[in-house]
Amino acid sequence: MNVRAQVSMVFHLDKCIGCHTCSVACKNQWTDRKGVEYAWWNNVETKPGAGYPVRWEDQAERRGGWVKDGEGVKLRQGGRAATLGRLFHNPALPVLDDYYEPWTYEYEHLFTAPAGTDQPTARPVSLLDGRPLDVRAGPNWDDALGGSEVYARGDPGLEGATESERAALLEVKRLTYFFLPRMCNHCLNAACVAACPSGAIYKRGEDGVVLVSQDRCKGWRMCISACPYKKVYANWETGKSEKCILCYPRLENGEAPACFHTCVGRIRYLGVLLYDADRIPWAASRPDDELVDAQRALLLDPRDPAVAKQARADGIPEQMIDAARRSPVLRFVKDWGLALPLHAEYRTLPALFYVPPLLPVLGEPALERGLFGELGQARLSMRYLAGLFGAGNEAPVRAAYLKLSAVRLHRRASQVGDVTAADAAAALARAGLTAPQADAIHRLTALADMSERIVVPPLAREGATEPVLEPQAHHADGLGLLRVLGGGR
Amino acid sequence: MSWIEDVIRPRAQDWEELYRTRHQHDRVVRSTHGVNCTGGCSWNVHVKNGVVALETQATDYPRLCPDVPGYEPRGCQRGISFSWYLYSPLRVKYPYLRGTLLDLWRAARAEHADPVDAWASIVGDPVKRRAYQQARGKGGLRRASWDEALELVAASTVHTVKRHGADRVVGFSPIPAMSMLSFAGGTRFLQLLGGVSLSFYDWYCDLPNASPEVWGEQTDVAESADWYHSKYVVAMGSNVATTRTPDVHFLAEARHDGAKLVVLSPDCSDSAKYADEWVPIHAGQDGAFWLAVGHVLLSEFHHQRQVPSFQDYVTRFSDAPFLVELEAKGRALAPGRLLPAASLPRLAGEENAAFKFLVWDRTTDGPRAPQGTLGHRWQARKGQWNLDLVEATDGGEIAPVTSFLEQHDAVVQVAFPDHATGEVALRGVPVRVVATDRGPVQVTTVMDLLFARYGVGRGLAGDYPASEDAPGAYTPAWQEPFTGVDRRDVVRIAREWAGTAERTGGKCSIIIGAGVNQWYHADLAYRAAITALVLTGCVGKNGGGLNHYVGQEKLAPVAPWSQIAFGLDWARPPRLQNAPSFHYVHTDQWRYESPEEDLRFDPARTGKLAAGHTMDHQVRAVRLGWLPFYPQFDRSPAEVVRQAEAAGARTDAEVVAWAAKEIAERRLRFAVEDPDAEESWPRLWFIWRANALASSAKGHEYFLRHYLGTHHGSIAPEAAEGAVRDAVWRDAPEGKLDLVVDLNFRMDTSALYSDVLLPAATWYEKDDLNTTDMHSFIHPLQAAVPPCWESRTDWHIFEDLARRVSALSGAHLPGLVRDLVATPLMHDTPAEMAQREVLDWSKGECPAVPGKTMQGLAVVERDYVHLHDRFGSFGPVARKAGIGAHGISWKVDDLLDDAVRDGPSVEWGGTRYPSISEPKDAANLILRLAPETNGESAWRAWKAEEEKVGKRLVDLAEPNRGVRTTFADLARQPRRLLDSPCWTGLTGGGRTYSAYVLNVERGVPWRTLTGRQQLYLDHPGFLAFGEGLPTYKPRPGLDGSHDLRTTQDGPGEIRLGFLTPHGKWSIHSTYGDNLRMLTLSRGVHPIWLAPADAARAGIADHDWVEVKNDNGAMVTRAVVSARIPAGIALVYHSPERTVGVPKAPSRGKRGGMHNSLTRVRLKPTLMFGGYGQFTWASNYWGPTGNNRDTTVLVRRLDRAPSW
Repeated sequence: MNVRAQVSMVFHLDKCIGCHTCSVACKNQWTDRKGVEYAWWNNVETKPGAGYPVRWEDQAERRGGWVKDGEGVKLRQGGRAATLGRLFHNPALPVLDDYYEPWTYEYEHLFTAPAGTDQPTARPVSLLDGRPLDVRAGPNWDDALGGSEVYARGDPGLEGATESERAALLEVKRLTYFFLPRMCNHCLNAACVAACPSGAIYKRGEDGVVLVSQDRCKGWRMCISACPYKKVYANWETGKSEKCILCYPRLENGEAPACFHTCVGRIRYLGVLLYDADRIPWAASRPDDELVDAQRALLLDPRDPAVAKQARADGIPEQMIDAARRSPVLRFVKDWGLALPLHAEYRTLPALFYVPPLLPVLGEPALERGLFGELGQARLSMRYLAGLFGAGNEAPVRAAYLKLSAVRLHRRASQVGDVTAADAAAALARAGLTAPQADAIHRLTALADMSERIVVPPLAREGATEPVLEPQAHHADGLGLLRVLGGGR
Repeated sequence: MSWIEDVIRPRAQDWEELYRTRHQHDRVVRSTHGVNCTGGCSWNVHVKNGVVALETQATDYPRLCPDVPGYEPRGCQRGISFSWYLYSPLRVKYPYLRGTLLDLWRAARAEHADPVDAWASIVGDPVKRRAYQQARGKGGLRRASWDEALELVAASTVHTVKRHGADRVVGFSPIPAMSMLSFAGGTRFLQLLGGVSLSFYDWYCDLPNASPEVWGEQTDVAESADWYHSKYVVAMGSNVATTRTPDVHFLAEARHDGAKLVVLSPDCSDSAKYADEWVPIHAGQDGAFWLAVGHVLLSEFHHQRQVPSFQDYVTRFSDAPFLVELEAKGRALAPGRLLPAASLPRLAGEENAAFKFLVWDRTTDGPRAPQGTLGHRWQARKGQWNLDLVEATDGGEIAPVTSFLEQHDAVVQVAFPDHATGEVALRGVPVRVVATDRGPVQVTTVMDLLFARYGVGRGLAGDYPASEDAPGAYTPAWQEPFTGVDRRDVVRIAREWAGTAERTGGKCSIIIGAGVNQWYHADLAYRAAITALVLTGCVGKNGGGLNHYVGQEKLAPVAPWSQIAFGLDWARPPRLQNAPSFHYVHTDQWRYESPEEDLRFDPARTGKLAAGHTMDHQVRAVRLGWLPFYPQFDRSPAEVVRQAEAAGARTDAEVVAWAAKEIAERRLRFAVEDPDAEESWPRLWFIWRANALASSAKGHEYFLRHYLGTHHGSIAPEAAEGAVRDAVWRDAPEGKLDLVVDLNFRMDTSALYSDVLLPAATWYEKDDLNTTDMHSFIHPLQAAVPPCWESRTDWHIFEDLARRVSALSGAHLPGLVRDLVATPLMHDTPAEMAQREVLDWSKGECPAVPGKTMQGLAVVERDYVHLHDRFGSFGPVARKAGIGAHGISWKVDDLLDDAVRDGPSVEWGGTRYPSISEPKDAANLILRLAPETNGESAWRAWKAEEEKVGKRLVDLAEPNRGVRTTFADLARQPRRLLDSPCWTGLTGGGRTYSAYVLNVERGVPWRTLTGRQQLYLDHPGFLAFGEGLPTYKPRPGLDGSHDLRTTQDGPGEIRLGFLTPHGKWSIHSTYGDNLRMLTLSRGVHPIWLAPADAARAGIADHDWVEVKNDNGAMVTRAVVSARIPAGIALVYHSPERTVGVPKAPSRGKRGGMHNSLTRVRLKPTLMFGGYGQFTWASNYWGPTGNNRDTTVLVRRLDRAPSW
């Protein structure tokens, strides 16, 4: 056993309203500058939909992530030798049109327009070259089924669906959608790290955050093609790759990452997971239908004294172990099996998990149903959802839905009574939940305040500093290594 | 796979400092977003090196209680994009004037030493006036200095007051609660001047008239945390998942606690997909759905089985048991007036007996008059205005009979028209006979009328539907063609609803908004829904009730704030104008409305009260004192006083008497009677915190044409000539306004079209107060940085303007100027008893008595020389009169003494006053006086209410009597509001706020005729329009007869209903022009089309399209989405025409925006006044600017758009 700590995330999609407050918070903080105007480290997509960059899930084209290779896995885009051969021509790399050409407007024209015969207006212009731009793409182009005939039907996740199944998604009786916020998954088996020819990408030992060293990045962009989630971005100004840093400057100060802090739907949970790094090769190489379970099995229970003991032995600070015990992510992912990794078949072992969304029941008139509808009456097929959250395996997704539904019936029975206690108990039994578990799920879903939802572990900055210099002598610099070491920029 | 390993290599990680440095900031200041959005979210503004870097939500709202989810974080994608504005190229940094005007002004100033003379020389010259009017909106702005700009504005103000009258100076700013002092700065200036403050809630069509109709309340709703208590939520016309971003988590959390969420929506909205069940109802047909739900509720829960808690509730808290007289109407009987106590010889001598109403007492088997009705409210003897079921005469208990089904004298056939088909059903209704002063009359109960109206036969004879499956109003089968909803779903939802209400004691709620409220007959749809709530005992409960969220206005500390905002501390009454009437008349939109159109919108008109063009209804409403109208007269109101004085009137009463006689004898005419005559025009318009010419301007192109006199896109034919009897028809003037002054921080459409553009501080650059009804806290805006560039706060701009007006007044408006102010009969005053019958003095039906049969008249002294002194000091009137709201008042003189002693004060004219020259000082004075923030004031307010009601209430205030709140306290943490009788929720012990809990739990009456929730409206006008009972009236449909008279359908053009719901990427027009929101949407404000409609017109996703009708045209791109049902098009409210708008081919000019396609139509029933809850107050009652019944043509642009 080799215990490591990972700051991990859960997004409760049933609560997500697709407002993009997270996206703007991130942009204001990190990518509001030349070279990364087009980059949204955090974005929100509508599903079904083509996403950003467009059709990022189409790995036949994009060549991201890992594929099974005998007993192990290999990068889909090829090993290091193949990668080096593509440094100067990488056809899997998305181009600007796959994202969008960033633009602004000639706002100042409204002030400066000379007296004329008609009203002035501010035309859109490219942020790249300043010329008038015919805006044809954006980072959220198919929001809320915008252009659904074009974009929703272009969802790679629907490729296995029959034409009539795809068409049904556009009919009023079956039509629906949901929002999928996306950010770097800070994967345990990150393809970007593996693909970097310069060794510039690393996973921080203290919290598992995956970072692109802006010192060492040489701009080869192999990380961009390797990341199956397309969450590494090229900064065209600096020529280097940049990505979500999980707001480590905020984490280090005990604050939630900006996208977590600002999540007004209260869908975001953050906490530490302990996992057994020795079993990564095992977990990453399971058959598709075992991947979700395997990743869950990789996670260790910090309440287990043996795990805690080994964690200490592996250098994990006590306070991190303590935070892991209070982790809401542990509960959603490991204890309850409600939160599932996105596209586990990419085999990167993401540290971000999603509780799948409840959706309205079918719009058939006079459909026989319980108060909340039945699982089989959902507007999105289990197959589609399993494609996102089950690596194609419906079982873990179905299990999560049974639990979500049972919690609601249990609460309804106790508070209203038009669901009988017996029916609620049966639903709990079917879902494999006890009543106290159901109440705990309800509590963490509905009542938990920020300090319970977002359990930022105390990050021991002095520990990172000590090997380099005497912390006490430099506390006024905020232990700022850069200034001390003379590496300012 | 060995290369993936965790690393701790501090030397290799030194680069990480890069992002740490970027994250750093120096200062965090609490503020919020101060206009339009009612979210009321507390934000932390991060300042770095003296510059605002970004904002994140404050997350320190005190938790209400552990069993309810907390309020953190509040704040959405729009709010978090606000910092973009501060330093953006859209920011108004300096004062600007239209170049044409600036040149004229400089030339005039060179010629005239006196600025007022200079202004007069420009506006007095038709050529010069036209020159700058026609330049409006066409570019050519030039920078000016503050001195130059404000001198011009002050000169124009003084000239207008002097030459035309103060009531020609008008101001518009909406929704004060969001930044109440920024609002108040402008209105205080205007009211001290004698100017006019325009309303907004009704104009935005956000006022739900059903609320005053049923509850006598403007609006009162639950805070969003209360949703969590609800176990069955129906959302309709309200896309909360998009528009109530910071609140909607409570719905998800309620669902995970076992609540069911049903969404009625024509499109698959964000809320629809968030629900357990989406009912894709046809647009604007929610009323029909709820009437059918009501049918099931009445049939299955009030008749076949009677739920005791429902029975008890309707008996005590609704008008269900009240007696209604049946009147002969043609050959049948029709529901008539509520039977008043005055009809009974036994009670006729009681005070206000005409306004005390009767129920049938089971014990005495006869009519008795329970306490708590309007007559008890305004009688001399206090303490009988409560919901106790006793008769005040002898204190005898009353056991009201809600239905005469079991025991009646007869069953008579009563006519119930189905306004959808025109068919009249005759349905049996059980009656008792009452001996009255007029002889025996047949009465029934409101409940019996409801059964009959809803088609629940109960075994009675008549045209009753045989079952829920039978056609006939209002069965589930009946509603199918209107709503498109299967009858079985209606029945199932109704049963789920009632079952939940029965088991939980009323924890069913409706979330409702603009999607229902912005139709012409919105009040009918609301009443249908409210009736369902009342029938199941769901109003006045935590987790229950009608939660209307659109533009809702909850300015919590309303009592002291209104003193400051409307200058009531110096002079009363203020001039408050309902904007819908103002703009309908003055932008001449009435001229384009045909009598056929009126009938099409409402064919159910019978009798003279319902007859006539809408403009005739409007003029009558002013004539009889139901609605205000400014300018008041065909001459200056100060001139009227001078003429009265010349005729010998000395006292105020003599002036009023003289004016009343002149009015009665038609020598003094109301301006509304000849609105296009030059002497009736408004002249000077101040716009601040608003986009009054664009996002707010229903009939925008008519604003451009008739107000501004510049280019416009209307090609509509005039249609009212000859049809309007009570207003003079003359050639339509273009360019009524002499000057439009806009205070703004961004270059929006209104700024672009104004004459003078003054740079306003943003919400991160000023101190102010913020409250909302979405939560129960008060928190501040604060200056994170000083006003940037040359901007100033709204308060300081108006203060400076007041100073300049005072300086010019020495020569032009010296001394005390007497001004005759006309005001309508007012809600929450005894004028609610002014007009039981509608009698018209102008037709000789009654004498013209000011404040009784016509407008009230009052002489007010203006002191223009000391206008600035008055502005900055809190005046003496409130010290004498106290402060109050809703018909109660209490003393605050000692609190004002404290303010003079402890706070900043100012002395002038020999008296020392609390100083409010700084907004923060005004904020502190409000906090010091308001019962919501000062426990002593709360105690006094409850004491006053207790005396009026006659039931113990001060216990609500005692636990918090020592609470005092200051601005500094709010800067530290949002504070929860204290309970006050100005509001109807009770929050002690960490309870969530829900409306009308006070009424249900403490027996305080609603402010209605019966004092109960009023399902039956017996105003003769409502009866004439067939709206006494909950009713369905059809939509006018898509034939386009009202919007497409000139515009003809061309090839490739499709005809669609045009809806403007609230959207995701803006709060009205704010944020929608910023780069963040435009980037996250599609860079334009597109029109959303259904695939089938788009295919008919050959439109593909993202094609450019022109959208047009007679009113105007806009050009945008199409989004073709399966989310949209065929037949309707959506443009989310609200685009600007300033950003990315090409030329409109059909007009050859710049395309407009959504309001280019609208024209406002006023609903006449909403104009009635002077009777119970149908009595006017600003933003409380009156016609709305409804805009959903709009038809457009859409076509694809053949070629790239022209810019």
